[in-house]
Amino acid sequence: MGYLEDLKLVEEEMAKCMKCGNCQAVCPLYKETLREAAVARGKIQLAYAYLRGEILATHSLAEKLLFCLTCMACVANCPSGVRVDAVILAARAAMVREKGLPWLKRVIFQGLKRPWLFDTALKTGRHFQSLALRYRPEIQRCNPRFPIGLELRRVLPPLAKRTLKEEFPEVIRPVKPGARVAFFTGCLENYIYTDIGRAVVNVLLANDVEVVIPRDQHCCGIPTLVHGDIPTAREMAASNLQTFQGYKFDYLVVACATCGEAWKHFYPQLLEGAPQGEAARALAGRTRDINELLMQIDFRQPAAALPLQVTYHDPCHLVRGQGISSDPRQILRAIPGVELVEMKNADRCCGSAGSFSLTNYDMSMQVQARKVAAIRDTGAGTVVTSCPACRMQLEDGLAQAGLAPRVVHVVQVLEQAYAGQEVGSGRREVG
Amino acid sequence: MAAQEDFLRELQAILSRERLLTEPEERWCYAFDAAAAQPKHLPLAVALPQSTEEVARIMQVATRYRVPVYPRGAGTNLSGGVIPREDGLVISFVEMNKILDLDIANLTATVQPGVVIQELNDAVAPHGLIYPPDPGSVTTATMGGSVAESSGGLRGLKYGVTKDYVMGLEVVLADGTVFHCGGKTVKNVSGYDLVKLFCGSEGTLGIMTAITVRLIPAPEARRSMLAIFDRLEGAARTINGIVAHKVIPATMEIMDNVTIRTVEAYCQAGLPIEAAAVLLLEVDGIPAVVEKEAAIVEQVCRENGGRVQIARDDAERENLWTARRAALPACARLRPTTVLEDATVPRSKIPEMLLALDRIAQKYNVTVATYGHAGDGNLHPTITCDERDGAEMERVHRAVDEIFHTAIELGGTLSGEHGIGVAKQKYMELEFGASGVAVMQRIKQALDPLGILNPGKLVGPLPAKE
Ligand SMILES: Cc1cc2nc3c(=O)[nH]c(=O)nc-3n(C[C@H](O)[C@H](O)[C@H](O)COP(=O)(O)OP(=O)(O)OC[C@H]3O[C@@H](n4cnc5c(N)ncnc54)[C@H](O)[C@@H]3O)c2cc1C
Ligand code: SF4
Ligand code: SF4
Repeated sequence: MGYLEDLKLVEEEMAKCMKCGNCQAVCPLYKETLREAAVARGKIQLAYAYLRGEILATHSLAEKLLFCLTCMACVANCPSGVRVDAVILAARAAMVREKGLPWLKRVIFQGLKRPWLFDTALKTGRHFQSLALRYRPEIQRCNPRFPIGLELRRVLPPLAKRTLKEEFPEVIRPVKPGARVAFFTGCLENYIYTDIGRAVVNVLLANDVEVVIPRDQHCCGIPTLVHGDIPTAREMAASNLQTFQGYKFDYLVVACATCGEAWKHFYPQLLEGAPQGEAARALAGRTRDINELLMQIDFRQPAAALPLQVTYHDPCHLVRGQGISSDPRQILRAIPGVELVEMKNADRCCGSAGSFSLTNYDMSMQVQARKVAAIRDTGAGTVVTSCPACRMQLEDGLAQAGLAPRVVHVVQVLEQAYAGQEVGSGRREVG
Repeated sequence: MAAQEDFLRELQAILSRERLLTEPEERWCYAFDAAAAQPKHLPLAVALPQSTEEVARIMQVATRYRVPVYPRGAGTNLSGGVIPREDGLVISFVEMNKILDLDIANLTATVQPGVVIQELNDAVAPHGLIYPPDPGSVTTATMGGSVAESSGGLRGLKYGVTKDYVMGLEVVLADGTVFHCGGKTVKNVSGYDLVKLFCGSEGTLGIMTAITVRLIPAPEARRSMLAIFDRLEGAARTINGIVAHKVIPATMEIMDNVTIRTVEAYCQAGLPIEAAAVLLLEVDGIPAVVEKEAAIVEQVCRENGGRVQIARDDAERENLWTARRAALPACARLRPTTVLEDATVPRSKIPEMLLALDRIAQKYNVTVATYGHAGDGNLHPTITCDERDGAEMERVHRAVDEIFHTAIELGGTLSGEHGIGVAKQKYMELEFGASGVAVMQRIKQALDPLGILNPGKLVGPLPAKE
């Protein structure tokens, strides 16, 4: 039993909040709304009041607790070290346990009052439906479970013609294999940004690493977790874990910040006390973000120059979730010809935050606009990041601002450098 | 009840639905500030005006319905100053956040009360200017809140506190009357000094809707150093010795042994845990003067047994500051609740105060880490405890009592910068005597006869005078 099953287990975190308000200085949602209920301090006090039975599980309370990017900017800036993200996830889960998921769905739908959302409502409905469903192993197409709201964007990457799993055999062996990794692709790299997935494979091959892409893997399940559906998230964790236990490998590699957090942090938490708990912890210890892995194996420095001016955006769940920020920069700087121009507040949330952009599209766009402005100020022609979800949000924002939506993953820049080719926006290749 | 509904309906007509918060979940988030262990009281509603005119209209309505109002900035004060005491209206100024005028020729800025202090600094920095008051909460606290508390900061010794920079105010009184006092002139002796009256008035006399402050040129150079002392007396002699040598450092911060241990356990800043005290000093100004003053400061530290580290560049300066910056986070992480006091004594009494704090901590069996602004005698005894433990909190309250009594006995004051609010009200007579408190109450009643402006704060609850 972890805090996701029992709100009481994060009571200490709530009691630790000294209400100093320091989180106001960094919370992207406070910056936009200037409302106490939007900042960590307010949400912590609400969750605490709910735990103590001083306020009830109302729609309004659910809305307030859903109004969070879980970007952890507050956590990083909190003098008391309050794990605001844990409190918010635990409180959402507790409310779902008390009131049931269909109730939460209604709350979310209340956020969808905009007419232009109406024609997508049916589709969206299907997504929420799947949130409520128990996981059935025969459903492998998990894009419906992926952060809802994809369809709402004006500028959307098309689905790949061939999924990554269709594109590659299960085992891809270099000429003289050294280490062996299992690649957890996540939904976006399998269905949409297959160019990132391909780059992961190619770059690893170029470093004599053997890559296995287990066939039966599916969505990491975090979208269900952030909506408080812990039983479903746990089943998805267990199922993914079981799949990967069937293979031999040195490291499990991911190229998505959220998937990385899933394997490193959430799976062990979800499976704590379950028969697979031990295995989840062991695998968490062997999970590496691709940036981390490349640095660890002392990746081959590309010989050919790649003249490219780039700026780097830190995904929240990589920089604060996993403490990785210098690895991607070191990789970029190691590529001859690549010039890294830092943007202002590179580690500020891009506003994507999965389904947040669905329930609070306007707000998500406002947060994103600040990111786009920071990117524009650098004058760099290419934005590099380490997460496909950030890439999607940034491409959308750049395109809507009339800028070239050239957003790529670190590993794609490296792939291009190895190949001695120009870097292109991925969508062209997969469209 | 019906009157309450009418009251809210009238407010909504002024503010629109978006800027009048009435949901219980919203109101819950305005029932507290940064003060530890204070009882909560939910406001009736939260108003978020955007103009002076809206504030004036709100006050007219509040006067007509006799509803208490609680002005609020960022809600970071440490004395319970914005917590409602009874059913009333919170007026938050965060949406009045425009810089109205930057007058570079006259070195002034005029701002709305919701401007965050750091935002003002960011706006004047390109002109080579600074607004010196820098409370630890500078990235969150508002100009309105900091004027109403007359906040200080790390640079208080050399640069003074907020009230030394406020030149003019636009104020809305309890009945909705708008008036102006002060202005942009450096010299101004016309009439009573009403500007000073409103500085530090904690929202009890009127609402500040525009604030004109003085700016100064940014110092060209600065030099930081850290001095470690094995004996408290050495640190104390240094503090007074530096001033006796006619050097006024911008910063002269002290951390006691409990703080040093706490900081080391938290972030290994490299301080010897057996040291009695650490001083962090910074001199700033014209390069040649900085050079000379830094040499004097260093010499005085060494003469008094201090081991001195000097920062040669910005990176080293950051390093030296690490320990001081870690003081609050380190204490805050020790236990769930952090009671941050700011009893202040004359500079020469600092060693006595530190010894007394030690004794009080032992007597009541509480943990007190003391750090703060040694240069101006403004110490921050920080008690770490757990609000949920009734017996412990009883001891904490008794310790706090004795801290305030000691500060007053040593010729000091209850609050160097955090204000009175509700937390320190019961000690007011100790400092001012019955007659002093009565004078303040008469001023309060003259300006706010119905007692609807932040009632129960600073001067305590007063009956309405029709
Ligand atoms: C971590 C931390 C560090 C701090 N460090 C310091 C420090 O170094 N030095 C220091 O002095 N303080 C410090 N403080 C205390 C606090 O930040 C300051 O008092 C700050 O200036 C309060 O500003 P605020 O906007 O949060 O005001 P609030 O807390 O919102 O309000 C403070 C008072 O001002 C009144 N008020 C607000 N706006 C108006 C207005 N427009 N008109 C009339 N009255 C108004 C309120 O009624 C209340 O009485 C610190 C606090 C924290 C949490
Ligand atoms: S910064 Fe941390 S302790 Fe301070 S109010 Fe925010 S969550 Fe609470
Ligand atoms: S996680 Fe991000 S959005 Fe949520 S409260 Fe913290 S800073 Fe704000």
